[in-house]
Amino acid sequence: MSVSGVNLLEHLQTPALIVTDGQVSFANNAAKTLLGGHIVGQDVRIALRNPDAISVILDESGGTTKIDGLSVGGSVWELDCHVIGPGERLVSLYDLSVQVSVARSHADFVANASHELRTPLATILGYVETLLNPKAGGDQETREKFLKTIRHEALRMKSLVGDLMSLSRIEATKHQVPTDSVDVVALVNETVGEFRDGANITVTSNRESAIVSGDRAQIGQVFRNLIDNALKYGKPDGEIAITLEATDTGWLLIAVRDEGEGIAPEHLPRLTERFYRADTSRSRAAGGTGLGLSIVKHIVERHRGRFDITSRQGVGTTASMMLPIARS
Amino acid sequence: MVEHTVKSFDNDISQLRGLIAEMGGLAEVAIRDAVDALSSYDEEKARQVVANDPQIDALEAEVDRLAVRIIALRAPMADDLREVVAALKISGVIERIGDYAKNIAKRVGRVEGRVKIEPLTLIPAMADLAEGMVRDVLNAYGARDALLAVEVIRRDEKVDNFYNSIFRNLVAHMMENPATISSAAQLLFVARNLERIGDHATNVAEMVYFAATGEYCTERDRPELDEEMKE
Repeated sequence: MSVSGVNLLEHLQTPALIVTDGQVSFANNAAKTLLGGHIVGQDVRIALRNPDAISVILDESGGTTKIDGLSVGGSVWELDCHVIGPGERLVSLYDLSVQVSVARSHADFVANASHELRTPLATILGYVETLLNPKAGGDQETREKFLKTIRHEALRMKSLVGDLMSLSRIEATKHQVPTDSVDVVALVNETVGEFRDGANITVTSNRESAIVSGDRAQIGQVFRNLIDNALKYGKPDGEIAITLEATDTGWLLIAVRDEGEGIAPEHLPRLTERFYRADTSRSRAAGGTGLGLSIVKHIVERHRGRFDITSRQGVGTTASMMLPIARS
Repeated sequence: MVEHTVKSFDNDISQLRGLIAEMGGLAEVAIRDAVDALSSYDEEKARQVVANDPQIDALEAEVDRLAVRIIALRAPMADDLREVVAALKISGVIERIGDYAKNIAKRVGRVEGRVKIEPLTLIPAMADLAEGMVRDVLNAYGARDALLAVEVIRRDEKVDNFYNSIFRNLVAHMMENPATISSAAQLLFVARNLERIGDHATNVAEMVYFAATGEYCTERDRPELDEEMKE
């Protein structure tokens, strides 16, 4: 499978495997990124355990099938298997996730977003109409109070529109794995620098640098959102501790810990849902849009990482994630 | 892993791991299809899930036979022995996960389609979590990734919280709408089954950790427990 010494499969963007007698004898880089570097030399069922995929690969004449939820939930792939010799098969995978998920997520999104936008808009309209009425709007003190409320609600709409825009940008790129080299340790220090007027934030890391293949702006936004949350809901003047730990197994573990009141356990599983708030009035008062953690989760998932929040009431909340370190 | 002098020993271990992955793949699909069938009231799909379950049972029997054969013929030591023991235990647990999925599928016909019960929208979200745990624990098994296994163990708490929240919701719903009690009770069992799937994924994760490191996954690796110990 090579032309003048260049392995063609290796340079293919799409994941491809060669299966010899039921074992993966070759996987190109794209396949190793998708399915893990361990699959070479393993039984093909370790790499692709979907029952339809197994039956196509072990079939005499090959074929194609669709696989739901390969490596991450909600993804859809097409698998194509060609017989290339006795006991040898070429398996290639094509990502169909984009086409499938766009239609699905669009409907909920419009419904939720319009509801959230209508609430501040209704408040603004109400106050403006009262101000226009000469009887009610004449008094200077009332005027000022009303205008302040209008300003507050308008600012809320502004940040909501901003968050909605970034969420839709992330959604649009959800299925492209980002490829820039980002030094997360440097990025964290840089992001913390933006906050440090009086905020008590400490950063500890077991490495000087940790390179992740990712999107710099998006990973920066993850830290801004998490630090922002820790400042909003943490103890006033309490410490915010950020720890980074690169492991030998190729993961970068990151935790952002605050010393706030904590979150009741029943809210924890739903925190990353769009517009879900553990404490609606408090979130609104602090200028929250209900989208921050949803954005974080989407970004971490796009980077093939995992995101989790643990909290103990009275002790504090820890937002933790693991990101795969780029293989050098 | 280091290769053995006897090449067929490697093939046996590889075959054993392949069988476990194949079982896991079937169980994953069973959970997803059962919950899909429930949310779309698709009785045909539900019947299919029930009909597919014997495949998982047959694979479990095959794992048993192969594992016993390896122990008898090869007398495995150290990491090989751990691998075989873990495979034996994991196959039993995955078989149970398949049973829970089957159980969910069996209830599809008993939930009244016309009744709109609010917690029904929570169940697919809970199923996503439980299914994600099963998927990641199988990924961890394939990659022998102890860290990912520990991460799955941590996620179990979320599934439990979801269960409690669905339980409260459903009880409240039953009090307000006595006519839907029998349907709501079925959903309660579905939530319970999902919660058990999460627990079993945790059990598999502990065995993956054991097979990969040779140590038992102790409280030391579970920070939330760790904090509780301090008090």
